[in-house]
Amino acid sequence: MDRSKYNGVTVDLRNDFSEEAYPKDRHVWQDDEYTVYRNCVWSAPGCHQGCGVLYYVKDGKLEKVEGDPNSTVQNGRLCMRCLALPETVYNETRVTTPLKRVGERGENKWERITWDEAYDIVEENVRRVWDELGPKSILCLFGTGRNATWQLPFLGLVGFKTPNTCGGFLAGDACYAPRLAAMNAFMGNSFIADLAQVHSGKYDDDRWQVPAYIVMWGCDPLKSNSDGFYGHWVVDAMKRGSKLMTIDPRVTWLGARSDILIRLRPGTDTALAMAMLHVIVEEEIYDREFVEKWTWGFEDMKNAVSEMTPARAAEICWIKEDQIVRAARTLAAEKPWAMQWGVAIDHCKHATALAMAIMSLMAITGQIDRPGSNILVDSGYVQADIRAAVSHNVPPEVTQDRLGNDWSPLRKYGHISQAFTDAALHAIETGEPYPIGMVFISSTNTFANMAAEAERVYRALKKVPFVAIADLWLTPTAVACADVFLPVATSPERDGIRGWWNPLRAIYKVIDVGEAKTDEEIALDLIKRLNPEDAKWDNAVELIDYVMEDLQSSRYEGNHASLIEDGEFYTDIDYFKYETGRLRADGQPGFNTASGRVELFCLNFDDFDLPAVTYWEEPTESPVRTPELAEEYPFVLTTGQRSYEFFHSEHRQVKTMREFHPWPVSEMNPEDAAELGLEDGDWIEIENTHGKGKFKLSVNPGMRRGVVNAEQGWWFPEREGAEPELYGVFESNANCLTVQFDVGPHSYGSPYKNMLCRVKKAVGYHPPASL
Amino acid sequence: MAKMGLLIDYEYCDGCHTCEVACKKELDLAKGQYGIKVFQSGPWPIDEENEIWQYDNIPVPTDMCNLCEGRVAAGKMPACVHHCQSLCMRYGSVEELAPFLEEKPKRVLFSVREK
Repeated sequence: MDRSKYNGVTVDLRNDFSEEAYPKDRHVWQDDEYTVYRNCVWSAPGCHQGCGVLYYVKDGKLEKVEGDPNSTVQNGRLCMRCLALPETVYNETRVTTPLKRVGERGENKWERITWDEAYDIVEENVRRVWDELGPKSILCLFGTGRNATWQLPFLGLVGFKTPNTCGGFLAGDACYAPRLAAMNAFMGNSFIADLAQVHSGKYDDDRWQVPAYIVMWGCDPLKSNSDGFYGHWVVDAMKRGSKLMTIDPRVTWLGARSDILIRLRPGTDTALAMAMLHVIVEEEIYDREFVEKWTWGFEDMKNAVSEMTPARAAEICWIKEDQIVRAARTLAAEKPWAMQWGVAIDHCKHATALAMAIMSLMAITGQIDRPGSNILVDSGYVQADIRAAVSHNVPPEVTQDRLGNDWSPLRKYGHISQAFTDAALHAIETGEPYPIGMVFISSTNTFANMAAEAERVYRALKKVPFVAIADLWLTPTAVACADVFLPVATSPERDGIRGWWNPLRAIYKVIDVGEAKTDEEIALDLIKRLNPEDAKWDNAVELIDYVMEDLQSSRYEGNHASLIEDGEFYTDIDYFKYETGRLRADGQPGFNTASGRVELFCLNFDDFDLPAVTYWEEPTESPVRTPELAEEYPFVLTTGQRSYEFFHSEHRQVKTMREFHPWPVSEMNPEDAAELGLEDGDWIEIENTHGKGKFKLSVNPGMRRGVVNAEQGWWFPEREGAEPELYGVFESNANCLTVQFDVGPHSYGSPYKNMLCRVKKAVGYHPPASL
Repeated sequence: MAKMGLLIDYEYCDGCHTCEVACKKELDLAKGQYGIKVFQSGPWPIDEENEIWQYDNIPVPTDMCNLCEGRVAAGKMPACVHHCQSLCMRYGSVEELAPFLEEKPKRVLFSVREK
């Protein structure tokens, strides 16, 4: 079968790569004046992806970056951010020596110090907190999906002896953690949309099937590439016959190419999913065999959705009844289908209910672990492996009383072993259950980015007696709060390991820039000072070799050096694992849950007296629940739409990115804009009871009426860093309009994408020139 | 002399700017200058009742495009074609690219220069 064509059409137009120009069997070669290194790029700078790249180095300097044609991950493709990677690596605003604050916090006055002096300061403060408050009073914060997500817990647990590591005040841990917790309770595993990405043979793997449908639920994967998923795999699948269903308040590019597009009111996704369940159950078009054999609690789920008729959901979601019926019938009939869900699932208060509803749709249509549906990935996430391997000597008293354990049993006994961000903020603000004496921040620009209620988090961090920040830049967070700054290496300056599902790859250093160090090196250096018995490795590569000896989630046999030679290693991940006993420790068929089945009614949640089956509740602030508030603030505000140019708050100092995307954007429907007398390109002020921000209006006919969005992560590195300017961090900050502590009963989820607001023209506002 | 060109399948161009930046880096172009530029049409509704939308992007080579002579001479593809994330671009002679237009709609062939 000629797989280069689908229905007689050449699926990928690109010409073949020359093996002479791009040798398959070498990881380093000479190309004229350049030495070329075949490598894997990961943060810093972000994103979640780990693309195969070629680094072109001349005289010790990274001159250019190309996509690696021999990478099976993205086959030579590369996005604009990595094509411009040298602009980050050698950026004039990058800091590559350790710094000590000399003025007051916020004055942006620093003195260059040595690494030893910087470590002295950190060590002195760790020991002070240990003596005065106890080790748990040290809090560690990380940025999302970075090559620091095992290094920081390692430093926290083994070095600082604290269990308190979490995201940078991401309220409700509202990024993937809600879905991970729900997936674990629901099916004892994690699933990903199966676009053949786990197979070394990709679309040619004989076991794989092209999905009949791919559902983009609250996800714009071409821009976000979230959770280890390269968005353009969706385009590959479209060319091979996949149809699309998109659930989003605006017309994304994929949405415009979708056979089914549902532009719903933000925050009402659960009602939509329940109504789809209602249709499939009532019309008895579910997968009877899978439901009978492999699910638990079908009747409970059926009862839960019985009153959520399409008519009722249509009214709640601001959509049409027949859209719901058609979507439901499509998912029941067109198989296999894959679910590519996005962070919108987590960005509502009742995130767990939404995740349960969506997974119920997958379960009752039998779309779990079948080729081209949603494959269970118990393999390949080596960050979790490494965390376990390097912290196995940690005594139980270190992990007790983690922040959040007293907020929810899911936190104490649940699947995810990190502190609860809301509890961490509460501890700083109130000193309960214990005070925070030190914060160590690893590449998270908290109140410029993920922290809801940004100004509140700013005030809280200011109160912390000692703050150390490891990053590439003096971010607003660093200027406002850091007492010591540790410069972090970018990806081509790092030795490391990358495994997120498949394949496993080595990251290796090809250049040095200033005195920057990797997160592994910083963790190891500090642990050697604080807990030398548990830091037996001489350097970061030895540490990586140690964990590679016994990776539970990868079958690779070798070390860092051999993996550089080998390039990629795929651990085989098969289908129908619930039939073959490969999901459970006891080797029995079934899922790794209490019932051994997919739990439409989660026994684990029920044990903790938490809602065990999906349910619908309006957002805390909504046109329906708070109509009086909505009269004053008539728009639904959804924050954090992604762009190609930026990964969260990163890349704002990269000139090429700002050329394409100079200003923070907010989008609105033309009719809404006309009613307010607004025009495309106007500066607007978005306001609600929590705060306000200024954005450049993009009038977009694809926006749902009554909905406004606002980009997150904006600061302006070209402006004054010292307070009160602080790089304009509170001027166009979507998170001045969001809230902390509005979390659902399962202690996961926060309404980043469903607030209320009003909009007016920012009369007379003229910001300084863009970079 | 063969006429050389770029074939674009604009059904699949999502407007990611990769071709523009790959080109800017290859040719070392200043701010505001491009060897290839993506133009967007949409989104606007064709039939809003049924959620049918116009939303296309199309990269267009400019007079600064030299079809990456140096890269091509070294056996490589033009930088835009190499990196295109949607795999919707192809380089070649107009003669060899023309038949691809017959395969499906929404493809366009740019005749860029003679070699």
